[in-house]
Amino acid sequence: MVRERRAARESRRAREFEAFVAGAGGRLLHAATLLTGERPTRDTTAAQHLLTAALARTYARWDRLRGEDPYDRTRMELAALFARGGHHYRRPRGGTLDRLAPRERLVLVLRLYEGVAEEQTAAALGLPVERVRAICTRAVSVMRSGVPRQPSPPRRGDTATDATTGTPAGAPKAAGAAGTGP
Amino acid sequence: MSAWDRKEDEVRRMMEGPHPLLPPDLADRAAGRGRRILRRHRAVRTVGWVLLFAAILAFSVWAAIVEPWTAPPTNTTPPLEGW
Repeated sequence: MVRERRAARESRRAREFEAFVAGAGGRLLHAATLLTGERPTRDTTAAQHLLTAALARTYARWDRLRGEDPYDRTRMELAALFARGGHHYRRPRGGTLDRLAPRERLVLVLRLYEGVAEEQTAAALGLPVERVRAICTRAVSVMRSGVPRQPSPPRRGDTATDATTGTPAGAPKAAGAAGTGP
Repeated sequence: MSAWDRKEDEVRRMMEGPHPLLPPDLADRAAGRGRRILRRHRAVRTVGWVLLFAAILAFSVWAAIVEPWTAPPTNTTPPLEGW
């Protein structure tokens, strides 16, 4: 009896989850490639890995979402996973947000690509709202300055980007702190 | 529209770009991993309950044998008076 009920619940969850991934997976994977800095049309292994981990956590919570949007949930899991392992993605890979530090990418993707509110972004990253606003402003100005970061070596690429925007201390500090975020 | 909104829009357009192709087995892989997480959670919960029940049982048996609520027998003899 209990076993049957559990089996029914599992098959329903699997069905709903599959439908959810079929609908939202493309956009989520795009967001993940923006975060990892990979080129969307090329190999997206790191982004797929990140997204699989985030989706697995959403799956594990599926029965207890209680009306919470699974897309929103996955997005926040993705952000948390990326914030924890952000230092793995410092190496430029030719993606759109390549010239930004991991945390700047995260803020830009959440705020502008996903349209998450400032307060919610700040809460998710464990930062004050003013800090999120500052990171976002800086990231936007770096993106608009239009000088692509040199693919190698990555360290020198960082400082080269800073020189163009006139904030020599900003990027390394942000990049260094990204790894220690929540 | 303010200048700032225009700048934001510009960056938003940069980020749109071409979408990557979603691998067809990604949902299955994620579901498999999610099931493993659930199994692990369930196992941890089961172990927790078993430990709790074992602790309660051990305490009950000890209490039934030792009966710590009864007063210990007095070691001193009462004073002898009017003898």
